[in-house]
Amino acid sequence: MTDPIIRLSGIDKFYGDFQALHDVNAEIRTGEFFSLLGPSGCGKTTLLRTIAGFEDVTAGHVEIAGQSMDNVPANRRPTNMVFQSYAIFPHMSVAENVAYGLKARKMPKDQIATEVATALKQVGLEGYGERASHAMSGGQRQRVALARALVLKPKVLLLDEPLSALDKKMREQMQSELRHLQRAVGITFILVTHDQEEALTMSDRIAVMFEGRIGQLASPQDLYRRPVNRKVAEFIGVMNFLDVSVSDGTGDTFDCDIAGLGKVTIPAEQAPGGVDASVTAGVRPEMLTILSGENAHSEREASGIVEDVYYYGDMTYYDVKLDGVDHPVTISMRNTAGRSVLSRQDRARVGWGAESVLLLK
Amino acid sequence: MSQLAKWRRSEEASGWLLVSPTLVYSILLLAAPLAMVIALSFWTQDYLDLDKTFTLKNYIEAWSEPIYQTLMARSLKISAFVTALTILLAFPVAYYVSFYVPQKRKPLWIFLITIPFWTSYLMRIFLWKVILGYNGVINGSLLGIGVIEQPLSFILYNQNAVVVTLAHAWVPFAILPIFVALEKIDRSLLEAAEDLGDGPLRRFIRVTLPLAMPGVVAATVIVFIPTIGDYVTPRLVGGPNGLMISNMIELQFKKANNAPLGAALALSAMFLVSVISLIFVWLNRKYLVGQK
Amino acid sequence: MKSGKWFKLYIGVFLVFLYAPALLLPIFAFNDSSIVSFPLKGFTLNWFNVLWETEALHTATKNSLLIAVSTAIIATSLGILAARASSRYKFRGQKAVMGFIMIPLVLPEIIVGVSLLVVILQMGFDLSLWTIVLGHVLICTPFCVAILSSAFLNLDQSLEEASFDLGRSKLATFWLVTMPLVLPGVVSSMLISFTISLDEFIIAFFLAGTEPTLPVYIWGQLRFPQKLPSLMALGTILLILSLTLLATAEYFRRRSARKTGIEDAGGFL
Repeated sequence: MTDPIIRLSGIDKFYGDFQALHDVNAEIRTGEFFSLLGPSGCGKTTLLRTIAGFEDVTAGHVEIAGQSMDNVPANRRPTNMVFQSYAIFPHMSVAENVAYGLKARKMPKDQIATEVATALKQVGLEGYGERASHAMSGGQRQRVALARALVLKPKVLLLDEPLSALDKKMREQMQSELRHLQRAVGITFILVTHDQEEALTMSDRIAVMFEGRIGQLASPQDLYRRPVNRKVAEFIGVMNFLDVSVSDGTGDTFDCDIAGLGKVTIPAEQAPGGVDASVTAGVRPEMLTILSGENAHSEREASGIVEDVYYYGDMTYYDVKLDGVDHPVTISMRNTAGRSVLSRQDRARVGWGAESVLLLK
Repeated sequence: MSQLAKWRRSEEASGWLLVSPTLVYSILLLAAPLAMVIALSFWTQDYLDLDKTFTLKNYIEAWSEPIYQTLMARSLKISAFVTALTILLAFPVAYYVSFYVPQKRKPLWIFLITIPFWTSYLMRIFLWKVILGYNGVINGSLLGIGVIEQPLSFILYNQNAVVVTLAHAWVPFAILPIFVALEKIDRSLLEAAEDLGDGPLRRFIRVTLPLAMPGVVAATVIVFIPTIGDYVTPRLVGGPNGLMISNMIELQFKKANNAPLGAALALSAMFLVSVISLIFVWLNRKYLVGQK
Repeated sequence: MKSGKWFKLYIGVFLVFLYAPALLLPIFAFNDSSIVSFPLKGFTLNWFNVLWETEALHTATKNSLLIAVSTAIIATSLGILAARASSRYKFRGQKAVMGFIMIPLVLPEIIVGVSLLVVILQMGFDLSLWTIVLGHVLICTPFCVAILSSAFLNLDQSLEEASFDLGRSKLATFWLVTMPLVLPGVVSSMLISFTISLDEFIIAFFLAGTEPTLPVYIWGQLRFPQKLPSLMALGTILLILSLTLLATAEYFRRRSARKTGIEDAGGFL
């Protein structure tokens, strides 16, 4: 594995009495697409701005490409940023915007022109150079902002919620374009987003942040399948929680009695955060199945009453009240050929297995 | 990095550094001179010699001599009338521009209201003399249509003339803050009031007016305080009974060579208007609860 | 709407009241009579010729222009610093400092005039055109701060960060990004302070030494009835001048608003 491009160690950030970042430690690998994900106010943007050099850290260090960034201002860091508002200079043309950083480097004029043209081509804005920047649409401004940053060939590109101002369709298109662009240029991208779906689809690794701390740093798959605690599990996707009593296991396994489901022994790796008195059982909606017909079988079976049905076309979501549990669990089913959709108040057979369950603190 | 170096880079330091030239200028040319005037008001002057022993003599004179009492009371009265008239004139105009004029044409209207004030200040006041005078516009037209047989003499060289002229001079300064306050009112609040059963008048009294009050208060302060110090208007259109305290202040500073008394008069006038304005602002705060 | 009708009537009457003096000015400027009153006599350009031949007026005008230009430059510079500090940074005592700088806005001008007069005489300085500039800068700065603060507040802060992030120094950022975008505000600020200074009488009246400004000169002439018609002509010229300046400023503001694609948010006042 290559050396990390960014090393964050022990970063604290205070605004007066308010602590925005608590002892943040992380390593970001060279060439990866990294996301900072969390609810608003969790400190993800502050962390990004700390890396960019817009915020001084109260304690701790930022290291980029092996160099300490202490006392290095934003204009001398090997990072460039795509701002949430894009921050396209309204009094300059598209080309002038893209050339802005190159001019600061005193590059010869004809070379600037070539670089600008290449960068614009890269983001799909070939021939737009002479346009007035304020006449561009939201998606186009975003591309200008990308070109303006990428043309400087930064070691790290920082993106502060770049897609949040776009409509759904445009956002999905830009997600895949960003991903392709990142692979093409091979630069490390750090994306700040509050949209978990966006983070999951685009990133190599994600740091989930809550209240100024990194809750978990992992690949999208691990984050979804092995969340370290209830908070992360709730933030990423949908998770049903059920009361559980854990009696001692062998050390490699735990014996559990789960409300509404029943007794089961699960391997210790399904309790990634360890086990204590506060532990609950977490089950993803797709890890439960509605069994219909005589032939349908499952490792284990529970039963309940369908409380609500949400039909989405390709999928159906059920709220099912398991026997002996007073809040419903959500179950998702793909509407494959021949599978019937249950109605409210129908009795449901719910299939599950030991691998469906996580123990979370 | 040393503490000091860190502070220098901080936002706090940058802010202070940037504001300091302007602040220093204001301290040197506003605070220091005002302090000087305060000091001066406790000294005495005999022709050109300044006696720097502390005395309250000037204040006693300023507050007890009938001539100064009369002038002070008259100045306050005129300022109060001017303020009231200005707000009464300004409110409907601000309301009209805010509620009746289409959004796109509002800037034009505001511009229209301010245009007359690009005429020279002295000329404008002088022209009121032409309008109100014995052979002036008003008398001329009234005589012409036969409403009166003798020119009216009560409209110039008295306090009425001062009030009208000053109200004219200050009305845009009252329209602007009231207009801004009205613009800030969320229109759905008015719809909500209507929806909850208020008629136009009740809605105006219960919703629009209270929400516009900050603008009215600002306008009051902006008009009331400076008018007390107006010098030109009383001199040009006030006649002997329309003179105000500033005319006396100028007299003391220049011809009478009694700067300390002038200073005491000026400060007393300032003190009175400030106290009255503060009481006004305070009353508004007290009776309009829940507004920022 | 019935109430709308009454409203319009009131607004009409109000506009007549508002414009009355400004409308009379050109009427008497071209009236062929040495007495400023009705009825009108006939058309003449004579009063403008009189102005042309009055040397003292030319001197006063030059003095006033010098003062107004200096005031505009100094007040706007001080305004830029204070407005930038108040809109971009947070520091302890900010409200008190800004409030203090804005005080001249509500201070009677006679107080400013008197207090400056006292200090200047006590310090043993002579009254001159520059003492007037000192006073004018003091009363114009709050207007500049108000205008420029809104210009700075309308500026998206991430534009400056972007420039810094792209490798420019803070100074270069200020000249390349901040200044061009707040330029309309700077122009308005200069124009407003220029106009206030050109028209200001009381402070000039107290602080003028031997050299009068235009308003001080006019004040002196108001006592002589035979001079009045030519003053009307002068007033007309001044009115046209300020309206031209205003229109020019408005034109530039609109143009720059169009260029930068910012929604036209109303007049620069």
